[in-house]
Amino acid sequence: MLTLRINGTEHQLDLDPAMPLLWAIREHVGLTGTKYGCGMAQCGACTVFLNGAPVRSCSTPVSVAAGGEVVTIEGLVQGLGAGALGKVGQAVRTAWLELDVVQCGFCQSGQILAATALLAENPDPTDAQIDAAMSGNLCRCATYARIRGAIRRAADALV
Amino acid sequence: MTTTDRQIAAITPDTIENVGRRTFLEAGIAAGAGLLLGLRIGPAPATDTDHAGAAPAAAATFAPNAFVRIGTDDTVTVIVKHLEMGQGTFTGLPTLVAEELDAAWDQIRAEGAPADAARYNNLLWGSAQGTGGSTALANSYEQLRKAGAAARQMLVAAAAQRWQVPAADIQVKDGVVSHHAGHSARFGELAEAAARLTVPAQIRLKDPAQFKLIGKPGLHRTDGPSKTDGSALFTQDVRLPGLLTALVVHPPRFGARVKRIHDTEARAIPGVERIAGIPSGVAIIARDFWTARRAQDALRVDWDETDAMTEGTAEILARYRELAKSPGAIARRDGDVDAALAGAAQVIEAEYSVPYLAHAAMEPMNCVIEPTDQGIRVWNGEQFQTGDQAALAKVFELAPEQVEIRMLFAGGSFGRRANPASDYLIEAAHCYQALRARLPVKLQWTREDDMRAGWYRPLYLHRIRAGIDPKGRPVGWDQRIVGQSIIAGTAFEPMLITDQVDQTSVEGAANLPYTVPNFRLDLHSPRLPVPVQWWRSVGSSHTAFAGECMIDELATAAGQDPVAYRLRLLKNHPRHLGVLKLAAEKAGWGQPLPKGRGRGVAVHESFGTTVAQVAEVTVRKGGQFRVDRVVIAVDCGLAVNPDVIRAQMEGGMGFGLSAALLGEIRIEHGAVVQSNFHDYQVLRIDRMPEVEVHIVASAQPPTGVGEPATPVIAPAVANALFAVTGQRLRSLPLRLSP
Repeated sequence: MLTLRINGTEHQLDLDPAMPLLWAIREHVGLTGTKYGCGMAQCGACTVFLNGAPVRSCSTPVSVAAGGEVVTIEGLVQGLGAGALGKVGQAVRTAWLELDVVQCGFCQSGQILAATALLAENPDPTDAQIDAAMSGNLCRCATYARIRGAIRRAADALV
Repeated sequence: MTTTDRQIAAITPDTIENVGRRTFLEAGIAAGAGLLLGLRIGPAPATDTDHAGAAPAAAATFAPNAFVRIGTDDTVTVIVKHLEMGQGTFTGLPTLVAEELDAAWDQIRAEGAPADAARYNNLLWGSAQGTGGSTALANSYEQLRKAGAAARQMLVAAAAQRWQVPAADIQVKDGVVSHHAGHSARFGELAEAAARLTVPAQIRLKDPAQFKLIGKPGLHRTDGPSKTDGSALFTQDVRLPGLLTALVVHPPRFGARVKRIHDTEARAIPGVERIAGIPSGVAIIARDFWTARRAQDALRVDWDETDAMTEGTAEILARYRELAKSPGAIARRDGDVDAALAGAAQVIEAEYSVPYLAHAAMEPMNCVIEPTDQGIRVWNGEQFQTGDQAALAKVFELAPEQVEIRMLFAGGSFGRRANPASDYLIEAAHCYQALRARLPVKLQWTREDDMRAGWYRPLYLHRIRAGIDPKGRPVGWDQRIVGQSIIAGTAFEPMLITDQVDQTSVEGAANLPYTVPNFRLDLHSPRLPVPVQWWRSVGSSHTAFAGECMIDELATAAGQDPVAYRLRLLKNHPRHLGVLKLAAEKAGWGQPLPKGRGRGVAVHESFGTTVAQVAEVTVRKGGQFRVDRVVIAVDCGLAVNPDVIRAQMEGGMGFGLSAALLGEIRIEHGAVVQSNFHDYQVLRIDRMPEVEVHIVASAQPPTGVGEPATPVIAPAVANALFAVTGQRLRSLPLRLSP
């Protein structure tokens, strides 16, 4: 048995400790906003916060997350997250809606979490800093121009 | 509550109450050719609800036709017959209904249609239901406007009855029906009364000058909220009681078959339900993904490689070069090209090539098969209902109507989910059958399957010889294309292969817009075991590259500016001229740039939409380069949703840029070399240029925007790199010599 605390709720789960956190969240806790895209930390679709830091849940064994605080997209948009994360996350989501960033939407949970992590650390990033922070998150619809714009807009809204 | 309802409840708890509460009244029936009325509108079957993670459906009382449902809570639900895979159908199609209905945009919801070709066929595809060829908006333009207008007329008639006033004196604005004497009612208040009326035989559409929503900014995507809070439902997210996960081990080489399965260790893993050979490989069915994945690692398969492919990309290319020496099937012939080239002042000859490409949608292929009392239910990012339903009916020996299809959001597709062979759906069916239990099964491809188990944009080779006269004008153009047919062997063959020419292999080349008096295009379609399929923009994904680079080479040979040269040769193509001039002007074409920077241009029509792009590049020492800025001009007829069009231009260009800079599936000894995003690189944000989109004002009927931006960027960038370096790059992905 291991204890996973996800979006403020504790779950007692009997899982293979090597199981990636992604599959514990998706298939055993039932939160499906976190996506499987590559399984090897190449695409960022599985990004979640673990103890306030963004991690690739597809490559993080569930045993590593046991006892820690996990926040997924579902929690972030409700304002959950350590420190300023929740507030920043909501501003990011608002900017995402205002600029109609999404297309297919599959990568967007990961994009929003990565953008939130960036703005929580650097409230006024340059385009180069945005590109550096976001280059681990693939979007095959290539919504990148709007992602940049939405991050700038969220940064302005948070001032 | 039926089993179905409970299963839906397991997925989206809020929708279930609504399903239970829902009462549909018998609405009238009427004619109206485009409306597909005369259909049964009885109690809403569960299949009419809850697709694509749509917002919880309202208590619906008024459903005048197959496309509109108005609830007593004022919600207007638009039934969308086309897959939402990012291109904006769940926004664009509802706009058409909302416009004619005079609804407020915030009362509009979008919901995916069930598989039912009688009601939801693609009007540009005859009797088939499916999404592709950038047709969703174009084929729905009149149909959905009529659907909205019919509903509006019925609401007005209901109000006229209630208030005892002439219908002509009633106004509708932002979802409110009113009369100058002070009467006013929201749609929801009139819905039940309207449902008792007959659908009008005469449907009046607005004059476009009266449009309040079509062509206007500020309509946010209907799928924005659910795709930013984790609630949007993709196939990957389907959860059902008893659901098992299937992974399939595919043969490493194309054409290999299972010889022997060593599964003792894999079967011993708790939670592994079944391991069995199926036609496409070895199915592993387990209680969850991770268990199946562990079993996959523990499994060993001996492959029978008797019929396996032995060639690789290098051999294929060499074979194509040989083939290109002999004439192929004629796709188009004007004048006498041999004589014209013999008499030309200058002849330029070039070979262009493009590699195999994976679609690499963010959501790896997947499909859920669930047993029902009537047959099966399929949960899928469904792009080709008619074909998939028939294919699955055959596998299960059912009638097509016993195969119920739930169209969910697709996490990208780029053509992949409309597979003419229904490949991954049939594989899911085989997994379900191998289980030999009445439990739902989710087939989940890994990213590695997605890269290696197929269906690719084919590798193509183009050889072009073109001649110019002393003034630089083209006098002859002789083009030969070599590459696999994506249509051969599919149900589309009778329609799309004529006189041995697969029209999708030559589209964008056979209709070269430039004035060239003598022209010949021929085609070789060799058969190979590599599974190939359409890929965003289909034939144009390679023909635009060859054609738009070659015309640039001719401009250079003629000593003329690439934009001016094209403009002179496009006199009979006003839409090409319009976008080319607009893009050039907005890009500052001709204005000096610092050393190391340059511009390139390309213009191309696909699916009735014309796009011009000007790419600005910076080249650094050592052959490194960056695309800094892309200016796009598009003519897609009437711009229904300007912001969706801009999004498709930005993203479609980015998708094409990914292939131009990075995309390559390489085959060695019959097996794909790439396996995941570390070795099949795709565009990341740090290489995304600044993009500007300009839409040509037009009153012509709207055409599609999902694909036409994709093929234009590769030639624009190649031409820009030439402008800076003098190097002509004739194969993709683009790599400069240091």
